[in-house]
Amino acid sequence: MYKYNDFDEAFVRERVEQFRGQVERRIDGSLTEDEFKPLRLMNGLYLQLHAYMLRIAIPYGTLSGRQMRQLGMIADRWDRGYGHFTTRQNIQFNWPRLRDVPEILSALADVEMHAIQTSGNTIRNVTADHFAGASADEIADPRPYAELLRQWSTDHPEFQFLPRKFKIAVTGAAHDRAVIRAHDIGLQIVERDGATGFRVLVGGGLGRTPMIGKVIREFLPAEDLLPYTEAIVSVWNLLGRRDNKFKARIKITVHETGIDEIARMVEDRFAEIRPQFGGVDQQVLGEIQAQFAPPGFAAKPLDAYETAYAEDPVFRAWIDTNVAPHRRDDHAIVSISLKKHGATPGDATSAQMATMADLAERHAYDELRISHEQNVILPHVARADLPAVHAALKEAGLATANIGLVSDIIACPGMDYCALATARSIPVAQQIATRFEELKLERDIGPLKIKISGCINACGHHHVGHIGILGLDRAGVENYQITLGGDGTEDAVIGTRTGPGFAYDEIVPAIERIVDAYLSAREDPSETFLETYRRIGMEPFKAALYPEKARAHAA
Amino acid sequence: MSRAFTPKVVTANDLLLGDAIWLTDEDEWTRDLARAELIEDEAHAQLRLLHAQGQPDIAVGPYLADAKAGAKGAEPVHFREAFRTRGPSNYAHGKQEEV
Repeated sequence: MYKYNDFDEAFVRERVEQFRGQVERRIDGSLTEDEFKPLRLMNGLYLQLHAYMLRIAIPYGTLSGRQMRQLGMIADRWDRGYGHFTTRQNIQFNWPRLRDVPEILSALADVEMHAIQTSGNTIRNVTADHFAGASADEIADPRPYAELLRQWSTDHPEFQFLPRKFKIAVTGAAHDRAVIRAHDIGLQIVERDGATGFRVLVGGGLGRTPMIGKVIREFLPAEDLLPYTEAIVSVWNLLGRRDNKFKARIKITVHETGIDEIARMVEDRFAEIRPQFGGVDQQVLGEIQAQFAPPGFAAKPLDAYETAYAEDPVFRAWIDTNVAPHRRDDHAIVSISLKKHGATPGDATSAQMATMADLAERHAYDELRISHEQNVILPHVARADLPAVHAALKEAGLATANIGLVSDIIACPGMDYCALATARSIPVAQQIATRFEELKLERDIGPLKIKISGCINACGHHHVGHIGILGLDRAGVENYQITLGGDGTEDAVIGTRTGPGFAYDEIVPAIERIVDAYLSAREDPSETFLETYRRIGMEPFKAALYPEKARAHAA
Repeated sequence: MSRAFTPKVVTANDLLLGDAIWLTDEDEWTRDLARAELIEDEAHAQLRLLHAQGQPDIAVGPYLADAKAGAKGAEPVHFREAFRTRGPSNYAHGKQEEV
């Protein structure tokens, strides 16, 4: 795990003190709101519907127990006892008071965390596969590269006033758990002739104009990562549409200019700046990589685990759903669901954060991850310790066995918190999860990703949900559009809209009709929702969703 | 033809807490929409908005929101403004804690 060096420490502390002065000047009237707003946004502080919101970066989703515990302390001391983990591996506090924010930032600095560049038209928190360093299918740990990108992009003088925000995701595995195809730059570690490099995608993104990223380089040698990334951002910084906010993202630039022309310009720029990267970046990378060395895995007897698995059906269900293969057979990756039925997706109380911190320290070599699906991961747990981990999670209300199932819903904060939202997301997610629990169908339905956004900005990734829900304002009433067939993996696809939207009180029954249609149409229980959709297409689902139209059509 | 003016209230977020506030006809800021001044005249609404914009030490981002007369005072018209009078729907946080 990366540890701050003296420069990092001084940099973050100095930013905290700068912001402390800026807050004081805003409160005493020396700064107007117009002057203060860009300063607070540079430190992750938004003003939302009901309160300020502080967004804190969790670089590539990696946390230590100490850091998680400190987040819980902040929730208790300066917020309302909980925090919200987001699809960009950040945490948001929804109720800080302006006067307290410098103290919160100081408490974050105490555990090597900050909120820098979690807002604004700059390079945001670099995200990564939440199973990084642990999964069996990984070529290399993507986090050292993500950390290198973070250091390079933080306070980069050329990239503080980009046309729009810029998001980079990195994966070290072929199976994409980081949704790299829906990022401005997606990086996939690949090997060629024994050398490590990157497959580079550019121009993906969701929002009002969803696009899947295009390959700009099939193989980029690992040592060229920074100059090549700098070349991409630099070309977009030049071409990006500053005249129109809605056309300012790199996906539009790539679409309008063409990937071939963009690639040519990037290669030209890359050739120019490559000599400036004289090797210091590789020295820094080497130092970073040393800090991401795997933990000293301890071998433990598996008898207790095997007994519990054979005898305890609740434990077995949790293992089968929430536990993934680790690179070592005697270890496992545990996904802690923050999607208890009826709860707010992504929220954890301070007590739950403390429990997860304890478990990381005792049983997971002091590592936690935040997934883009708003869950928490213990990446390295000895299988022998799984019964103890499960028991502790159960006591904390964190043992819901629903990872990847219908109630494991991504939901953005929506109009319950967000000033940009046009409808609510959270209560829709809560009601869907509760409904399918009541029906006792969740396990029968199998893998199904529902993703909900409360506005067209698509923070809930609805475009890549197997079932996507988009909340809109239609003539002063909440209205929900449905898309089907989206996929955020290596086979990424943007979902297709079913037709007219549904009112707030109609959306849960509509989702139920979609699921019923799937259960009726699947060939056997092993055929997933997505597979069935791809086999039979949209029409049977439309007929289920809009029965009046289907009847009229048949008449 | 210009659209007919519909009644409005002046609303903003409080500088220190960030929560929703409304301007009363006594030039105070209230956390209770029912106590807000319901403005029926467009020119008066613009003057009241200017008055609010002149108080950046209290009110952030003042704007005119549609409202209507209710039994106890001003009431929201749009669901967004209704949420601002209560708070989020997933927890009893925000103004709903106070009622």
